[in-house]
Amino acid sequence: MNPVVVVTLEVNGTRQQVEIEPRTLLADVLREKFSAKGTHLGCEHGVCGACTVLLDGEPVRSCLTLAAQAAGHRVETVESLAEPDGSLNELQGAFQKHHGLQCGFCTPGILMSLTALFRTTQHPSEDQIREFIQGHICRCTGYQQMIEAALDVSEHAGSAR
Amino acid sequence: MIGEPLVRREDLRLLRGLGQYVDDIDLPGVAHLAVVRSPHPHARILAIRTEEANRMPGVLGVYTAADIEPINGRWPVHLPHKGLRAAVERILPTDKTRYVGEAVAFVVAESRYLAEDACAQVEVEYEPLPGAGTWQIALNLGEAIHEGNPDNVAAHVTQTTGDVEAALRSAPHVLHETYRIRRGGGHSMEGRATAARYDASLDTYVVWDATQTPHGARRFLATCYGIPEERFRVIAPPDVGGGFGPKGQRYPEEMAVPWLSKQLGRPVKFIEDRYEHFLTSCMEHPQEHVVDVAFDDDGVLLGLKDVFVSDMGAYGTSLIVPTIAGCTVPGPYRIPNLHIEFTAVFTNKVPQSAVRGAGRPQGVYVMDRTIDRIADYLGLDPAEVRFRNLIQADQFPYPVGLTFRDGSPLTYDSGDFPELLQKGLDLIDYPAQRKLQAERRAAGAYRGIGISVGLEGVGLGPFEGATVRLETTGRATVVLGAPPQGQGFQTTYAQICAEFLGLDVDQIDVVTGDTSLIPYGTGTFASRVMANAGPALATAASEVKTKLLESAASLLEAAPEDLEVSEGQVRVRGMQQGVSLAEVAQASNVGRPGMSMAKDMVPGLTASAYFNPERAGYSSSVQVCVVEVDPETGEVEIVDWAVGHDCGRIVNPLLVEGQVLGGIAHGLSNALYEEALYADDGTPLTVSYLDYPIPSAREMPWIKLYNQETPSPLNPLGVKGAGEAGTLGVPAVIAAAVEDALRPFGIQIRDCPLSPGFIGDLVDEARTRAAADDDRGPDDQGS
Repeated sequence: MNPVVVVTLEVNGTRQQVEIEPRTLLADVLREKFSAKGTHLGCEHGVCGACTVLLDGEPVRSCLTLAAQAAGHRVETVESLAEPDGSLNELQGAFQKHHGLQCGFCTPGILMSLTALFRTTQHPSEDQIREFIQGHICRCTGYQQMIEAALDVSEHAGSAR
Repeated sequence: MIGEPLVRREDLRLLRGLGQYVDDIDLPGVAHLAVVRSPHPHARILAIRTEEANRMPGVLGVYTAADIEPINGRWPVHLPHKGLRAAVERILPTDKTRYVGEAVAFVVAESRYLAEDACAQVEVEYEPLPGAGTWQIALNLGEAIHEGNPDNVAAHVTQTTGDVEAALRSAPHVLHETYRIRRGGGHSMEGRATAARYDASLDTYVVWDATQTPHGARRFLATCYGIPEERFRVIAPPDVGGGFGPKGQRYPEEMAVPWLSKQLGRPVKFIEDRYEHFLTSCMEHPQEHVVDVAFDDDGVLLGLKDVFVSDMGAYGTSLIVPTIAGCTVPGPYRIPNLHIEFTAVFTNKVPQSAVRGAGRPQGVYVMDRTIDRIADYLGLDPAEVRFRNLIQADQFPYPVGLTFRDGSPLTYDSGDFPELLQKGLDLIDYPAQRKLQAERRAAGAYRGIGISVGLEGVGLGPFEGATVRLETTGRATVVLGAPPQGQGFQTTYAQICAEFLGLDVDQIDVVTGDTSLIPYGTGTFASRVMANAGPALATAASEVKTKLLESAASLLEAAPEDLEVSEGQVRVRGMQQGVSLAEVAQASNVGRPGMSMAKDMVPGLTASAYFNPERAGYSSSVQVCVVEVDPETGEVEIVDWAVGHDCGRIVNPLLVEGQVLGGIAHGLSNALYEEALYADDGTPLTVSYLDYPIPSAREMPWIKLYNQETPSPLNPLGVKGAGEAGTLGVPAVIAAAVEDALRPFGIQIRDCPLSPGFIGDLVDEARTRAAADDDRGPDDQGS
């Protein structure tokens, strides 16, 4: 068998030790070892953005990141976004309200990028939103309704809804 | 309920990462399939050596054509046509490979990583043959891509109405044009995916397939395996990551996975990666249309002849794409004399299939470009030439005189094209846009305006079915044969059921795409499901409601016509107290074992209905687009864009808007970005998103949508289809706008897509031409 390494990952606040081949992608470990199957692989060459997760708060492609590289870092995936009671958070709710997703395959990655954006910029403009998610391909929506969703969040950020 | 912009219930799981796409389904002990693929566009297979691969760690089996012989017969022809010289296609080819990426052997291993490792150790000895990357090369290849078909012509089909030759001879004006149109792949973000588990206790293959056509997959599997369809349960999961046409086709891995599962005694899955999608998922290949159009001094069309060639790729077992392209050419215009003729040619490229639009964008392109050419020639406004030729609102049903892809006469059911066009011109303020264009031009900008009017055959047969059950819980279940790939069936079909059954939407569950739950189905393609499954569901739900009222009437000792369904109860109109839906369902669906039912009780609150439309309906769309082009970089900036569509009665406007917007993005991708390039021998050159761009949120401009609702008379709901409406006119409208923008250069656009390099070349050529003209000077002109 091929050599294995043991790494400790922290995914959505849970620390776990996993035994993997060094070549194993972060995306595959999230999906197979952490059952975080909301992270999807769309191109496996870092262009489509479907597999985007946050590593210490920064959006990264989990298809271009080796799981071993994530050792000692904080990983956040789409599974971490909902409210503690399981209801949709503000961004997710806006996506539903504006029909910002169709097949939903690319959506987790886009939600993670926008989550990172809203943490640093409370009221991003349409241009900033488009710029920030330009690293994502969505074949279904044409983006307009997801931009509306993000603008809705931007307009209401910081105010009680 | 129908007509309300309800948000989708499927979003609750998808937004939390809880969707269940094929790769997410938990199958303990699952093994992984990887594929040894041909590196040659055309080559004879001389030998395959698998011993080394078989010894690799984690490998469970390596399979060549010889190993899968029991299931490797000739595939049925997808859609037979008397003009089609169909190719012999199998799961694994036994003689030679005909495109790069074609499956040659399968490896199953404990992980995808290990399976791919082993693929690299399978040695295949090939004898390379001359390959054809274009239809021109294929026609003169001197090598038959398929046995017994030396000229590589797959089909030659002609349709006519009236007398085009006479019209061309006698018309005051005739123009001759050639258009070259490329499209591209489906590029659903989820690739193809199939998982299967052979269940020995039931002697049944359970197959999870990210397909648009689960019943078609079942039928095909049964044919390949030589066993009855009932031995397969094919489930297109509720979560499929996009389809767009290619997922409606059949593929080698899809056919092999269930059998491999039985061989190995454990579940097996195949998950296509993007590289494989580029190589092996069907796409639409180039077409070249040669058009002769006859018209009078007013620009009124007298006749049109379109002779075109359609590149079929290596197999292509239907003529769907060229047939639809040809039938889309006449579009919304009155053309008394038509001649549509195409030749389909085999090449050494991935087989062709329909991709969102399915030949329609090419047809719209041909007609719109031709109308623009007439406008230019006569010095008329392109909008005016359209108005002079549009079919009028009182002319329906309008027979075109051709036969559509569904085999029925090409007859438009309803619409109001002049009003749809006028609305678009008003929305964008066309006269003001022309003025602004003149001002911008004076300021040195290259601004242009394009117009497109397109028609889309939708709601194609043969049928779709629906079952409705009122469960003993009081909730209702809707079962549909057709599966969604993001269209929101769980929401829209709950709306239709709610409307006809009288329940709240939240009390209705929608189950889709499982062949064990509904025996027959056609599938999700050709903007067809709403116009087929919608009326079927309306009928089934109405029937269940009748049964519900009859049973409730028996329980309440009232007359059914005095009852209403409200707030989870059936009650006498105007009364507060009634009987709960659960009680009625309990009494009807279960009763008391061994006891006779009360008088007038209906056993079983369920009904199934199928709807088969007489023929296709026609959705219409208008696009008006304003662009500015940078002649130095070839970049096209979209300044303003209005898109109107008429898909008949709308069930959920929020979701229809999403369909149209997504279609527009796909169209823009075809118009400016995507280009599947092949070397002359058929070697693919664009196999990653680094050299095959698809627009992101930054490239997509803001679209102004508007709509019109002319109900279809072809079904009781008046619905048509919306899935492809946005896509159709985009290549045409962008080409028109870019040409208009570059008018100062005298550039004419006959191609698609319009990459920056292509536009730059056109500008360079125009400048060179102009410089040469200047050098010659006025005295030399005409010499």
